[in-house]
Amino acid sequence: MVSDPTAGDATAGDATADDGTVGEGVVPDGGAKTSAAPARVVTTYCLLAWTWVRAAGQYPVSVALLALGTMVTAGLDIMGILVLFTRAPRIAGFTSAEVLFLYGTSALSFSVSDIVLGTTERLGERVRDGTLDVLLVRPVSPLVQIATEDFTPRRFGRIVPPVLVLAFALPRLDIDWTPGRVAVVPLMAASGTVIFGALWVLCAAVQFVLLNSHGATKAITYGGAFLTQYPMTLFARDFVRGVTFVVPLAFVNWEPALYVLDRPDPLGLPGWTRFASPAVGAALSAAAALAWRTGLRHYRSTGS
Amino acid sequence: MTDVTKTFTLRRRTRGRLRRERTTLDAVDGVSFTVPRGEFLGYLGPNGAGKSTTIKMLTGILTPTSGRVRVAGLDPSRSRTALARRIGVVFGQRTTLWWDLPLKDSLTLVRRLYRVEETAYRARLAELTALLELEPFLATPVRQLSLGQRMRGDLAAALLHGPELLVLDEPTIGLDVVSKATVRGFLARLNAERGTTILLTTHDLGDIERLCRRVLIIDHGRTAFDGDLAALRRTAGADRQLVVELAAPGPPVELDGVPVTDVEGPRQTLRLPDGANAASVVAALAARYEIRDIALRETGIEEIIARLYRGDR
Repeated sequence: MVSDPTAGDATAGDATADDGTVGEGVVPDGGAKTSAAPARVVTTYCLLAWTWVRAAGQYPVSVALLALGTMVTAGLDIMGILVLFTRAPRIAGFTSAEVLFLYGTSALSFSVSDIVLGTTERLGERVRDGTLDVLLVRPVSPLVQIATEDFTPRRFGRIVPPVLVLAFALPRLDIDWTPGRVAVVPLMAASGTVIFGALWVLCAAVQFVLLNSHGATKAITYGGAFLTQYPMTLFARDFVRGVTFVVPLAFVNWEPALYVLDRPDPLGLPGWTRFASPAVGAALSAAAALAWRTGLRHYRSTGS
Repeated sequence: MTDVTKTFTLRRRTRGRLRRERTTLDAVDGVSFTVPRGEFLGYLGPNGAGKSTTIKMLTGILTPTSGRVRVAGLDPSRSRTALARRIGVVFGQRTTLWWDLPLKDSLTLVRRLYRVEETAYRARLAELTALLELEPFLATPVRQLSLGQRMRGDLAAALLHGPELLVLDEPTIGLDVVSKATVRGFLARLNAERGTTILLTTHDLGDIERLCRRVLIIDHGRTAFDGDLAALRRTAGADRQLVVELAAPGPPVELDGVPVTDVEGPRQTLRLPDGANAASVVAALAARYEIRDIALRETGIEEIIARLYRGDR
């Protein structure tokens, strides 16, 4: 089980913020461990994830079948894009390799964030049935506990299609591979992961208050994943403004991709926005951490 | 380390759940109490009285709307994780164990999460295994355990890190007589030998009578009683009941100062006020009525508490 370092960072960042409630306490022995917290969170995450993997190991056939199912579903997405290109040589001015590049980076970011934090969308359920209480009496961030819940190796099946797509699309891009461009590709995948990760946590935090918002928040996470798979020029301009400034999805892959593909920004944003993704990721993570803490403080539990 | 006593100073007013029409509910309304180290406190109250809410504030699950909570010197809602290492929590209604893992693995995981040292863990596990008789089902997945076994497993999990305070929310709910006895015996020992402070909520008065030195009764979010069992009996009045079976059904017997509380065919129940002489009452009764049988009953703790809940003292 190799965990992506960027993904680890995303979790650590978000979860330490939650742990921060401990750190800022006046208790000397409680606060002393804060410096070691990020590493601690990662080990705890792995430990819990491994526990769930072992628990799932009791049903190996279902794990294998579900992993296969996950890959097939993602594969159908790609088929959809390829079918489009059989009808038209370009989509919104982008060649097939370019669209597949957008698809690959977005899907990679999304699936990694989904592997690490995807189950946080179940928070509403846990709030409703009161089982969140149990997580809260353990000395481990409830975010880590929910994120690792039901962790199964099949989650890794989701990475396979985007990796294959990128392996196919990258050599077919008709661009001059300057060192800058080469460096931006992994950077955009990493910041995309952080942005999606922060969105997962934000959406989970909303569920502290709106228990049944699960469907609505799904639109942001899964919807965002779908949206960023296509060139933004495909969508109406006001809509693109919305996903740029409100839910900063455009920074997942679109803005850095414009740089990599050497395209002008249809919104005419200044050049530095092409490189703003890491900053957007950090800001969104901070917002998510804050929202999570606020949500936790407003947690009302159930009767009994 | 520096907290001299395990002191909860609670004075808080919680705006409970926000209902649909934005009516607020004071689940816990200005309750204050302090529990010294080593205490065995029973926390009682009718359903919806605010027991669980209190427990959740003590463990940091809920943030009090106002007031101050200190557990082992920590503010639970701010230092929840730090506090979690020092207290053990058991919910009778839901397990803290991992459903699909064998009990033993769950316990190992708890060790890692609480960062318990290997040697200390071994010693404690051996002790808990013996006391709670865990051996036969250590290798069984938690989902296959009976309720009694699961509760013992939960107790072990809550105690592996050697907490100073154990909080139990209805630990004997749904348990059979034998399991109840095991759990009670274990808790009594834990409190007596280890000096672990125990706070327990329950509806089972057997738990209270057998275990708790101090009883705190909460009703409608307010403290209705705080003291030991003897004091509780006194508060409610040490009334006794005289059950007489007359030869034939009839109107309630008339006797000065001894009201009839229940008539059931020929059987009538009379309330003997505090300090009344049972012998003279019986003699007076026998002189006026034909009596088949007679029985004298102490007011049970159950009756006392029911009266407290109803609010007539």
